[in-house]
Amino acid sequence: MAELSDTLLLVAAVIYVAAMLGYLVEFAFGTRGAVARVAMRPARELVAVGAPAGGGAFGVDIVSPVQPDRPERGGEATPGPGRTGVAGAIGVALTAVGLAVHVAVLVTRGMAAGRVPWGNMYEFVVTLTAVFALGWLVLLATRPSLRPLGVFVTGAQALLLGFAGLVLTTPAAPLMPALQSVWLKIHVSAAAAASGLLLLAFVPAALYLIRTGYDARSGPAADESAGDEAPAPTAVRFPYSLGRALPAADSLERLAFRLHAFAFPIWTLAIICGAIWAESAWGRYWGWDPKETWSFISWVAYAAYLHARATPSVKRTTATWFAVAAWLTMLINLYVINFVAVGLHSYAGLD
Amino acid sequence: MRSVRAFWRWLTSMRTALVLLLVLAIAAVPGSIFPQRAVSREAVEKYIDEHPDLAPLLDRLWAFDVYASPWFSAVYLLLFISLVGCLVPRLRQHLANLVKPPPDAPARLERLPHSTTREVGQGPTEAAQTIRLALRRSQWRTALRSHADGTVTVAAEKGYLKETGNLLFHFALLSLLVGLAWGAWYGWHGNRLVVAGEEFCNTLQQYDEYSLGARTSGDRLPPFCVTLHDFQAEFLDTGQPARYVADVSYVEDLGEAPRSWTLQVNHPLRLSGANVYLIGHGYAPVLRYTDQYGQVFTTTVPFLPVDGMLTSEGVAKFPYANVPPGQTSTDPPAQLGLTGVYQPTANPEPGVPASIFPAERDPVLTLTAWQGDLGLGSGAPQSVYALDQRQIALGRLTQVGTETLRPGESWTLPDGSTVEFLGTRPWITVSVRHDPGQGLMLFGAGAVLVGLMVSLSGKRRRVWARIRPADDGGSLITLGGLARTEYPGFADEFARVVAQVGGASPPEREPAGVSNAGVRERGASARPGVDEAKD
Ligand code: HEM
Repeated sequence: MAELSDTLLLVAAVIYVAAMLGYLVEFAFGTRGAVARVAMRPARELVAVGAPAGGGAFGVDIVSPVQPDRPERGGEATPGPGRTGVAGAIGVALTAVGLAVHVAVLVTRGMAAGRVPWGNMYEFVVTLTAVFALGWLVLLATRPSLRPLGVFVTGAQALLLGFAGLVLTTPAAPLMPALQSVWLKIHVSAAAAASGLLLLAFVPAALYLIRTGYDARSGPAADESAGDEAPAPTAVRFPYSLGRALPAADSLERLAFRLHAFAFPIWTLAIICGAIWAESAWGRYWGWDPKETWSFISWVAYAAYLHARATPSVKRTTATWFAVAAWLTMLINLYVINFVAVGLHSYAGLD
Repeated sequence: MRSVRAFWRWLTSMRTALVLLLVLAIAAVPGSIFPQRAVSREAVEKYIDEHPDLAPLLDRLWAFDVYASPWFSAVYLLLFISLVGCLVPRLRQHLANLVKPPPDAPARLERLPHSTTREVGQGPTEAAQTIRLALRRSQWRTALRSHADGTVTVAAEKGYLKETGNLLFHFALLSLLVGLAWGAWYGWHGNRLVVAGEEFCNTLQQYDEYSLGARTSGDRLPPFCVTLHDFQAEFLDTGQPARYVADVSYVEDLGEAPRSWTLQVNHPLRLSGANVYLIGHGYAPVLRYTDQYGQVFTTTVPFLPVDGMLTSEGVAKFPYANVPPGQTSTDPPAQLGLTGVYQPTANPEPGVPASIFPAERDPVLTLTAWQGDLGLGSGAPQSVYALDQRQIALGRLTQVGTETLRPGESWTLPDGSTVEFLGTRPWITVSVRHDPGQGLMLFGAGAVLVGLMVSLSGKRRRVWARIRPADDGGSLITLGGLARTEYPGFADEFARVVAQVGGASPPEREPAGVSNAGVRERGASARPGVDEAKD
């Protein structure tokens, strides 16, 4: 059962890579189709794209409530047909298949170990990436126009899973006594869910910064009126050159905020449950163990992002840099602290 | 005075709060880089030994006590002062808003992100009442205002909960600080090692290590006693621990009958006034020494594990041994010290003193005997887990032999005395803690979470209707709506409000069918401003 689980992990990673190729075709060559249309639409409208057809859902900002908009109709909610569209649809289908295999990895792992499949770092990464993929598919169901971004999602997915399968993998085993607690189940599953969702939120946040960088470099004309081809793309260097095929900056920013706003309370819950668990295992709810310290740092960093976004005098790009930095602290917690720091948590390589 | 006010304004601005949050996150980092006294004293000592140049400077900068350092405290205290200064006025404002009616309609409703115009048969007052009632039924807070020019406006607002959640969140953060301080002042904890069969009572003298909160005195600790009867550890074949179970009994009041409890990791013994946690475990070899004069000493010495397979090290000291009957000492002394390495499952590789399994499958104790002056009389404090290296260096304590023993075996030293290895007894370390701030912390954490969810999911929005008398005795209604926060679903909600108002869009003014619900999305700029003269 354990070997089956390990094999399935490789299968899932390969399927995600295949899915990435599908998205990539759409992203790179789909400029005449959906991506271009999305990219050239003025910022404010994009929120409407995923809303129920005809509703014309506008997330309106109090700062400038009178900016004119053009009406949005339901028909444009899906990326256009055509060959690149088919590639994108194949990408989605493969992502779904990849996720099914991915879930099977967790189920077989859990059966092999005779417990919930999130007891060490390897399993934690496999769980968080499953949440990431699931979140992506749910997001896509409500906002089909985001489809070309799948190239970044599945790319990150394949990378994380590949690293987990090759480097982090550990034999399936029951839990250490300290980890045998209901709070473990809640704490770690909340932490994995929050991490997966924060990773998902990181994608539009980073792409927003690329898109605004692209807009700034390709001249103010680019994001003004529809119909204008973005001028002189050669002048814009990587990574900002990617911005050409991305959705409008504003819509990415809103999406990033809403995903963060959804994930942050889950992260908060994870930390609270961790503290409750620490109290019953070690007698103190908080001990500034390196793992705890970095969870706190990430929490404060995300709080700073949400705070920055609610502060009128702080620019949206500045706020978004906070989100990107916050994700960096999550990565440090996951990949650096687990290997380097010796604390109470690390004996299990957990979290 | 001026500058004080300016400083206060600066401190309580959201921008400053943001900077302080950032600084707080960065200030927490060094504590994960340098070992912390609060986490592990030994790690700090080791670090100081290894970095003799850098360590004193780091120590002066509180690098080993980051979370108790003045600079870390300054950051979070400033943050919380800022929080109070910022949130108290906001709380007052919010409370005022809760009793005040929603503000009157802005001049140009058609300029709002959502607006539409309807015609109804009712007169303005009646129409306004109908609208108000409909809005109230969907939980809007409403205010109706009649103006001198015959128009009536209805103002409605929803989503006050968002700000309530925001305030709850921030004040709950404050309660966490209070809970933390409360625990630090009135809490205490002690650690000790208990060998199976031993009892300990809750007094400071009985702890190997303890710390008292600033407002706690050691002579008012709750009077309980705990006895360890047995301890069992189960391991997987890989050596990974699977289960620890300690059978204990306790009395909370003198004269009470003892009650039993299975102490486990994640299953502390919760007594009134303190909790007892199982922290660690190991083996304590039992040794019987018969000295050259036939005196018998039996001792149980806890050995400390040095690896995951529970290879353990320790020392047995016999300061009263080898004194002829009738005398109190000899010169030079012939005291005995035994240093040992215990392997619960002996390594088959000869000469490698590293256990291959943590349970006692093939227990072996390797002892080295030292004879001479243990140095206990010098008054200098000594570790119970090591021999005094100075005595060895001075030649006052010399090695007299090494032997490997299995349980039951004995070893005769050159002077004719014998050491017997009788077996082992398990020991555990317990942490006994009292943290009176814990309840508040839990409550505060819950409030933080609830406040956060309410705040982040809440949507503040307003809807207005301006009702003017029409020529035919009916009314012309202009409706406008504004979501004050991120809320993509507002268009649908606005459409529902419009549907409740009923009526028809005035055909000559409105291009029909712009939107399926009759909602006119923005685009109003093309409209002639005829009927706005009065606003
Ligand atoms: C103690 C550290 C603090 C943390 C962790 C924190 C965290 C947050 C978070 C996560 C949000 C966004 C979520 C929400 O809307 O409820 C927020 C909003 C807010 N914070 Fe803080 N904050 C802190 C301190 C402060 C301070 C010192 C101030 C005032 C100077 C402040 C004022 C505000 C205000 C006014 C909002 C709401 C903005 C709006 O939505 O209109 N906070 N804070």
